[in-house]
Amino acid sequence: MGNAWIAREISLSARIVFPNKILPYLLVAPQLAITLVFFYWPAGQALYQSMLRQDPFGLKSRFVWFANFRKVLADPAYLNSIKVTVVFSLATAIVAMVVALLLAVMAEKAVRGKGLYRTLLIWPYAVAPAIAGMLWLFLFNPSIGSLAYLLRSLGIAWDPLLNGTHAMILLVSAAAWKQISYNFLFFVAGLQAVPKTLIEAAAMDGAGETKRFWTIVFPLLAPTTFFLLVVNTVYALFDTFGIVHAVTGGGPGKTTETLVYKVYNDGFVNLILGDSAAQSVILMAIVIALTAIQFRYVERKVHYG
Amino acid sequence: MATVDLKDVRKIYPSGVEAVKGVSIAIPDKELCVLVGPSGCGKSTLLRMIAGLETISAGTVAIDGKVVNAIGPTERDIAMVFQNYALYPHMKVYDNMAYGLRNRGTPKDEIDSRVRSTAKVLELSALLDRRPRELSGGQRQRVAMGRAIVRNPKVFLFDEPLSNLDAKLRGQMRIEIKNLQRSLGVTSVYVTHDQLEAMTLADILVVMNAGLVEQTGPPLDVYEKPASTFVASFIGAPPMNLLALTGASPSSVLADGTVIGLAPRLGKAVTLGFRPEDADITFAAEAPAGALALPATVEAVEPVGAESFLHCVAAGSRIVVRVSGRASAKPGDQLRVVARSEKLHWFDQAGKRVD
Repeated sequence: MGNAWIAREISLSARIVFPNKILPYLLVAPQLAITLVFFYWPAGQALYQSMLRQDPFGLKSRFVWFANFRKVLADPAYLNSIKVTVVFSLATAIVAMVVALLLAVMAEKAVRGKGLYRTLLIWPYAVAPAIAGMLWLFLFNPSIGSLAYLLRSLGIAWDPLLNGTHAMILLVSAAAWKQISYNFLFFVAGLQAVPKTLIEAAAMDGAGETKRFWTIVFPLLAPTTFFLLVVNTVYALFDTFGIVHAVTGGGPGKTTETLVYKVYNDGFVNLILGDSAAQSVILMAIVIALTAIQFRYVERKVHYG
Repeated sequence: MATVDLKDVRKIYPSGVEAVKGVSIAIPDKELCVLVGPSGCGKSTLLRMIAGLETISAGTVAIDGKVVNAIGPTERDIAMVFQNYALYPHMKVYDNMAYGLRNRGTPKDEIDSRVRSTAKVLELSALLDRRPRELSGGQRQRVAMGRAIVRNPKVFLFDEPLSNLDAKLRGQMRIEIKNLQRSLGVTSVYVTHDQLEAMTLADILVVMNAGLVEQTGPPLDVYEKPASTFVASFIGAPPMNLLALTGASPSSVLADGTVIGLAPRLGKAVTLGFRPEDADITFAAEAPAGALALPATVEAVEPVGAESFLHCVAAGSRIVVRVSGRASAKPGDQLRVVARSEKLHWFDQAGKRVD
């Protein structure tokens, strides 16, 4: 009776009901195990750790409730790190998206060699973050960098090793450059999804090329743009450790120390485990908030009808 | 408003394919010209060249006496209704209609009054705040029409605007388009592959085939005097019956040797045609003088209600006869298909009409 019963059940409710009570749990067990071992357990550890304070020699720990959070949130270095992170993330996301959109629009217009442009523009995505960082570091190194030499010959006193703003510009360039390819791919796909007849209709409605872009194409790209905004911000926030580590190491001073980099610095370099854990818990809260926003807005498709 | 003149217009694609091979059409002011033909005959390409969406390889397109070859679609002051409507999905109905006026810098209050009065004519007033995806197919069609009308352009272009609607709505919109076009008095070009739409809408009917114009004229003239076997078989449903005549003999003998009771054929004609509604059936052995009398076997009877279509085999060809009401014949019957000689059409070797 088994098969016939299941088949009828599918056709009636489009839902499979297992006769066995344990089998379904067995089937999801591997996934649950992975999530438990690699997410919930470490997250729980971090949460617990964030409420502990260790003595300077690491011999004993004391449970201090939220004292670490209070300390971290009152620390001017942490507040500076928040500011650095916001500036860095927004700048990286905006630069990466604006340049990618520009490139995508231009690549779409190309009559010949469209495929070649696309392939070449997608390549940087295959470069590892630390390598990308080193690449930019060498190019803009004040003593040996060829582009730094060019900048100096243009009369710009380029020195990312001493000047915090310069270091931030270098960091944003390296991080954005790496992300442009990804954004480019999505923008190209988004542009291709805009129906050609809409553009033609707008042309016949008397809209010039620039006007067509801003009134028709850009609004229709809104879902793509919003998605990329979230992805890029998350990337800049959490995936740029390698670039920061390779290019500036958080310096000069603490001018490029992002939240993620500070977690590493406090935890693994300075060995203040309680503070570091509290910071990573705060970061986790930010990730959850950002993910919630993404799910809420990306799921709702704004313009396509 | 405006006249539209096409002179020897050609479209040659970079691949070397010639989609339009020299078309000349003169559309007088306020008239509706329908371009009809099978898929790939170049009618849509021609329309897009008038719109300015395709470059013109050779020849000239003139609107209101002014050659517009070098003028882009933005400046031609033409409105087009697309097959898929091409409504801006992120704009409300109101903004869809106002878009063209805003682009031309029309004052705000004038835009408002024009959009609202157009919406009233098209019964869209209650839908102005909706987005296109919240509308039915017929309503979207109206918005597309409204967007064209509200601008009061020199010329309307329609690219198969009714092909996405169901049959009933299509019939309704056809009449509405005709009435609107007439009351607004805007010169229009309408592309369709549906010969019924073409016949009912056109002031001037242009039948196209393989990039060339087969025939131009008022629809009934085209129907009554098709210029070629192509037009004869394309216009009219069911199409005209065509029978091949023998090459050598000047008498009325069909290609398979069937002698038909008829006066000698006209000149060099090799094809004989008659419309299903111009023929009748008789069971009498004697053929009436001076008329076609073709021995035939009934294969199938299609009763449609007011009329019936008899599908017969005669002289090796399939022919259709329309009789009003119920048919007295049934499948398998042997009978004669008769048609009066003035209702016959003759075509020469090249398929051209012989009179």
